[in-house]
Amino acid sequence: MRIGIIDYDAGNVRSVETALAALGVEHVRVDTPRLAERCDKLIFPGVGEAAAAMAVLGERGLDRALRRHVQDGRPLLGICIGCQLVLEWSEEGNTVCLALVPGKVRALPSGRGDKVPHMGWNRVTQVGECHLFEGLPMDSSFYFVHSYYPEPAKGEYVVGTTEHAGVRFASAFRAGPISAVQFHPEKSGRFGLKLLESFAFRE
Amino acid sequence: MLEKRIVVCLDVRDGKTTKGVKFKDNVDIGDPVKMAAEYYRGGADELVFYDITASPERRGIMIEVVRRVAGEVFVPFAVGGGIRDLEDMQAVLSAGAEKVSVNSQAVRNPEIIREGAEKLGRQCIVLGMDAAADETAPSGYRVFVDGGRKQTELDALEWAKRAVELGAGEIVLNSIDADGTRDGYELRLTRMVSEAVNVPVVASGGAGTPEHVVEVFRDGAADAALVASMVHYGDYTVADIKARVHEAGIPVRLRW
Repeated sequence: MRIGIIDYDAGNVRSVETALAALGVEHVRVDTPRLAERCDKLIFPGVGEAAAAMAVLGERGLDRALRRHVQDGRPLLGICIGCQLVLEWSEEGNTVCLALVPGKVRALPSGRGDKVPHMGWNRVTQVGECHLFEGLPMDSSFYFVHSYYPEPAKGEYVVGTTEHAGVRFASAFRAGPISAVQFHPEKSGRFGLKLLESFAFRE
Repeated sequence: MLEKRIVVCLDVRDGKTTKGVKFKDNVDIGDPVKMAAEYYRGGADELVFYDITASPERRGIMIEVVRRVAGEVFVPFAVGGGIRDLEDMQAVLSAGAEKVSVNSQAVRNPEIIREGAEKLGRQCIVLGMDAAADETAPSGYRVFVDGGRKQTELDALEWAKRAVELGAGEIVLNSIDADGTRDGYELRLTRMVSEAVNVPVVASGGAGTPEHVVEVFRDGAADAALVASMVHYGDYTVADIKARVHEAGIPVRLRW
């Protein structure tokens, strides 16, 4: 079993690598479609801006690689920007995204008392059963840094919700082989590592 | 609801942790990597490392510390001290830090904030600011540089707002008057800055008891509280502080 980490110069590839190394999970950086082909699972991380991220993915052919990976039914975990880009469209820069899951990405409203970006630890309320949260206490806290939030088209995709700036948004969702989390499991302590471990070994 | 963060601060000199009183007479108190791992396991929400004697030849030592910390600490951490340009910022981030903090250098060259925010994302650019009361400043507080030793002409509130406009994603606001006293945070300054900007403000300087932390969240409107001596010397644990904050009805991460 081999996990590829999509590398498109989006910041936090290294922290995901470090977390997987601590868990003893075999992993490799993936910056070409050919490398992606050889992976059983992909982690699609990222910090940054939607349009710029989509541009780099396109240049490297990684957009097609991600689509093919998912079409083959192989598991994919999107983190932060990666979680947003699997949807169809982002309000950030009016960006057309990968459309692997129906839904949109919206801006968190500012001026409602809470500061935006949403930065820090917040609770994720689990919705239904999801193996990603297996072994974790209900309403565990995870680390967030973002100004936009995912809005998957169907309620049935949502496996975790979080509230900020007057919005209760889908902080975790699933559709077919795709799992996506708006928070950073690689920076969310033991619980975050546990989630990555579940993706690596239980998916 | 967003939880208030307890940020543990480690001052590092020559690769070792120190904590001084009012920025002077620093004494070595331990290995930063071991201490960081200990605080991580103990529930610290975030860590910040300041290389207090950063000079060109020491940069390599700090990068090595960052790399080792990143292998053991799976919560965000920031690094500051001696960050002069984009290259320094990139070095620290690619070694595994989540954020980079600029202080004196940003006062001398505010463009470093804009450049960092544009190239690396504003969420990882932290403005570190040392301020002290000064009646002649419009807000009543003046900005200091060089480890709090040198006064500038900048007004603390004006500088905070300007830095956020330039792209700072967070402000660590250190009160020189309160730093090292363990008499409590500078609540007035903290509230003033926190309410004036739309990015998180981390209160720093003066924490001596968990009650002080409660005060800075409740009365100082801080988004996070930086603690150092009170945990380094073993008087309190991060868990003690969090228990008290929770008891006061303030949201905080209790399980980790």
